[in-house]
Amino acid sequence: MVFKLAWRNLWRNRRRTFITAGSVVLAVVLAVFMRSLQEGVYEKMIENVVGFYTGYVQIHKKGYWEEKTLENSFEAFPLISKAANQDDRVSATVPRLESFLLVAHEKTSQVAQIVGISPEEENSLTHLAAKVVEGHYLAPGQRAVMVGEGLADKLNLQIGDSLVLFGQGYHGVMASALLPVCAKLKFGSQELSNQISYVNLDVAQNMFAAPDRLTAYALNLSSAGSEKSVTKQLRSELPDEYEVMDWREMMPELVQSIESDRVGGYFTTGILYLIIAFGIFGTALMMIKERQYEFGVLTALGMKRGLLSQVMSMEMILMGMLGVLVGLAISVPLVIYFHYNPIVITGAAAEGYAAFGIEPIIPTAINPSLIFKQGLIVLGMTLLISIYPVVKIFQINPVEAMRV
Amino acid sequence: MNIIHIQTLSKTYDGVVEVHAVDNVSLSIEQGEFTAIVGPSGSGKTTLLNMIGGLDSPTSGHIKVEGTDITSLSKNELIDFRLQNIGFVFQSYNLIPVLTAQENVEFVMLLQKRNKEERHKRTMELLEAVGLGGLQAKRPNQMSGGQQQRVAVARALAPKPKFILADEPTANLDSASTANLLDIMLELNRKENITFLFSTHDQRVIDRARRVITLEDGKIVSDVTRDRANAE
Repeated sequence: MVFKLAWRNLWRNRRRTFITAGSVVLAVVLAVFMRSLQEGVYEKMIENVVGFYTGYVQIHKKGYWEEKTLENSFEAFPLISKAANQDDRVSATVPRLESFLLVAHEKTSQVAQIVGISPEEENSLTHLAAKVVEGHYLAPGQRAVMVGEGLADKLNLQIGDSLVLFGQGYHGVMASALLPVCAKLKFGSQELSNQISYVNLDVAQNMFAAPDRLTAYALNLSSAGSEKSVTKQLRSELPDEYEVMDWREMMPELVQSIESDRVGGYFTTGILYLIIAFGIFGTALMMIKERQYEFGVLTALGMKRGLLSQVMSMEMILMGMLGVLVGLAISVPLVIYFHYNPIVITGAAAEGYAAFGIEPIIPTAINPSLIFKQGLIVLGMTLLISIYPVVKIFQINPVEAMRV
Repeated sequence: MNIIHIQTLSKTYDGVVEVHAVDNVSLSIEQGEFTAIVGPSGSGKTTLLNMIGGLDSPTSGHIKVEGTDITSLSKNELIDFRLQNIGFVFQSYNLIPVLTAQENVEFVMLLQKRNKEERHKRTMELLEAVGLGGLQAKRPNQMSGGQQQRVAVARALAPKPKFILADEPTANLDSASTANLLDIMLELNRKENITFLFSTHDQRVIDRARRVITLEDGKIVSDVTRDRANAE
């Protein structure tokens, strides 16, 4: 009876029901789309930053992240790559040996970051080959160097020119090499472009007198979001002398900036919800006012206030559910569409994005829990608002109500 | 047998001027009476009826319905009491607009938690009795005022109440509908010995009542019982 009465009451004033349900639809669509867009931006940002260099997870010798020196390198230990590779969630294990050296060409020299890489594996994580703007990508075993465009400009380097590398290797041994430039690389970050150089891993190991040694394994994952569990798993499997860090630990400033931005998003969504809540509350007020006489009659006839409250609450819930369901039916395809057809940023904003090595697109995140959470919030809000009519019904005096 | 017994009932509204809506009224209603409470506006008819129906509480005095002092019942007990013992017919019908005639009549029995078969059978009998057989699927807005009021009478009778309170039941009806409604009410009163107590201004109703209690300024100024032949 409660459902039947509530459902039919809902359609007594179709226009009001449509307007209220419509405002709920709008709230759900806007909230889902805004939050999905926001999370999509974060996902893209993380994907870009992680894919740019660090990877989702890194394994180092304990203390390396605090003090990045060759003294904190470790021997490439098969157990590490085995542990990582056996995990289905890990799609690539990328070895690196990196340090700083003085690089020189003709009369110019400067300090550069030298990264020894396994070209194919590195490319699977950072898509380094796509950053080659001149020359060719480093071949496995090739004794050559790829330099950032900025560094090449500073040293006036052309493809085929020889670059002198000089400095300190492992255990203070002198490190030096003379390598031809095989490629210039373009990075969004000017800072990186001005200082980074890549050589084959064995070349770096020989140059630094650190055979078989690495400073890091960078891991790529099959899907974002599993980094915490992968990190936990590896920590439990690897000996204590190694440190396993996920991107959150390596880039706390990125986490912080996302979190503070997310709070801004919550605030905006909160305001949206508040506006909609007032709309629904207005409807509840109107319903109470318009039907006061009817409530008086029903109470006079012997309908208990509890039952009457149930009918009223059910009306509010049905109206909320109607809005939420329609809202979800509209917003899910919308979110899916914009996930696969992201909003493309153009002009100066796009250049700004590119400068930070981030693709100038804004996709939506397909996150079912995020989508349904918005629906649940609106439903919860409707439930909360329905407390008011319930309170009013419990205060009804049939004689006064029928005097209206 | 007294079905309603009222002792020194008063209702006073406080304000700048104290208003005695019902002033020291005592009366008894017997089973099967067809009684009209009459009087000018503000004489206390509706207030008296509301108190007898347990919708309003008196300032002093007692109302006993078959020995139960309803003035001592709590709000929730009163709701239950009304549901089981009193049928109401209101001036403006007050059917539930989203329910059909059949559902409106069944509604009170549903509140009484009667089984479906019993509800259905009694509803059909009552709709037939008030001359609305075949109109059970109509909603209030698809019926005339007279038809709606007849559904309201059927609804009032549905829970098998001890008596029916009707507040100005013919006020919104034309002559034909009034006569028709009175015929039905009198028929039910005669055949099933149902007690009717109504407030009215309507001379057509007063003429057909067997007992007429006149109120003025909250006091009973006359209480006339006529024999059946004179009344009808």
